[in-house]
Amino acid sequence: MLEVSNLACSRGDHRLFSGLNLELHPGQIMQILGANGSGKTSLLRTLCGFIQPDEGKIAWEGSDVRDLGEDYFAEMMYLGHLNAIKDELSALENLRISAGLSGLPLNEADAIAALRRMGLKGRERLPVKVLSQGQQRRVALARLLVIKARLWILDEPLTALDVNAVALIEGVLAEHLAGQGMVIFTTHQPLNVAGVRSLSLS
Amino acid sequence: MKNLFGLLLLIVRRDLLLAMRRRADVLTTLIFFVMVVSLFPLGVGPETDMLRKMAPGVLWVAALLASMLSLGRLFSADYLDGTLEQMLLAPQSLSVLVLGKMASHWMVSGLPLVLMTPVLGLQFDMSVQAIGVLMLGLLLGTPILSMIGAIGAALTLGLRGGGVLLSLLVLPLCIPVLIFGTGAVQAVTSGLSISSHLSLLGALLVLAVAFTPWVTAQALRISME
Repeated sequence: MLEVSNLACSRGDHRLFSGLNLELHPGQIMQILGANGSGKTSLLRTLCGFIQPDEGKIAWEGSDVRDLGEDYFAEMMYLGHLNAIKDELSALENLRISAGLSGLPLNEADAIAALRRMGLKGRERLPVKVLSQGQQRRVALARLLVIKARLWILDEPLTALDVNAVALIEGVLAEHLAGQGMVIFTTHQPLNVAGVRSLSLS
Repeated sequence: MKNLFGLLLLIVRRDLLLAMRRRADVLTTLIFFVMVVSLFPLGVGPETDMLRKMAPGVLWVAALLASMLSLGRLFSADYLDGTLEQMLLAPQSLSVLVLGKMASHWMVSGLPLVLMTPVLGLQFDMSVQAIGVLMLGLLLGTPILSMIGAIGAALTLGLRGGGVLLSLLVLPLCIPVLIFGTGAVQAVTSGLSISSHLSLLGALLVLAVAFTPWVTAQALRISME
């Protein structure tokens, strides 16, 4: 369970939000709402530990995430604006390296299966730089299928995706929630997943 | 323990694979080194006595500058495409990961310089013995340059004009390496023992392996904020 209490965060002199509370239990999904610049990305990056909050506490299963360190990282996965894939490497190489970094070495067959599910059949061995924006995003999203994290923190996961890919991601999210996973995300596009709670930053 | 070694191997293999796909980057460093070193005999003229004396200094300074040239890329590519974020979130030791990046940086930008040294040494009319000691010194010293440089690269990550700032930060810290590296060659040419210089370089290397990965990891966390 992720528990955030009385969180305050600022960038420079500008206070983005303060007194923010949220709770996320297994099987729950939460959308962070807010206008551009309202601090959605900063909130998600604070949850990842990239930004130190001004005030407040972020707890995972009852312990402060700062004390948990790597034990927290093992349970969460973050997908930001940047795809974190290497142009020169193929989709397959990218996915296997990402999985290796997460401490879950992935064999080639499983990696290919994940990429095919993301609609990248026949593109597995091409250098990522020849793929389209949407396809590159799919390569990044394939990590969701192979990294066994309970908490997903997704910042605009749907950018550059077509209708089919959005439907695919909806299915993946529903599956993750059914397996007692947790998701916290932002998006400006409609996403049809049952039981989405929302939290507005403004 | 096996896990940490696996991580080290994963990062080294990844970075070497990337270097293979971007060979131009590797070659520019090496060609820069060769060119800088070759300019001196051309500029000074065929005075072998003088060339022999300045050879170790020239080669070491050129190696120092060449390693500065490639340091900017150590973390910046990973920073720009978001891979570094994922590395910081990996449930693995960031210090070991950083050590892997340092090791592959050295293999790509330090080791080729060491291997080129015999050819370049001939331009300066260096004796075989002096070339051997110079190579030994570079072999011990260039990894230290990569490791100290990594701290600077992590601190200047994402800054405009970071490359120049990086050199200003790192070059002064590399002075001891330069002194002991060139000192060893001067010692062997004047018939003295080289062991003290090389032992000190070795000690610096051990210290660097022990502390710089951790310091770099902390600097990366600060830079990501």
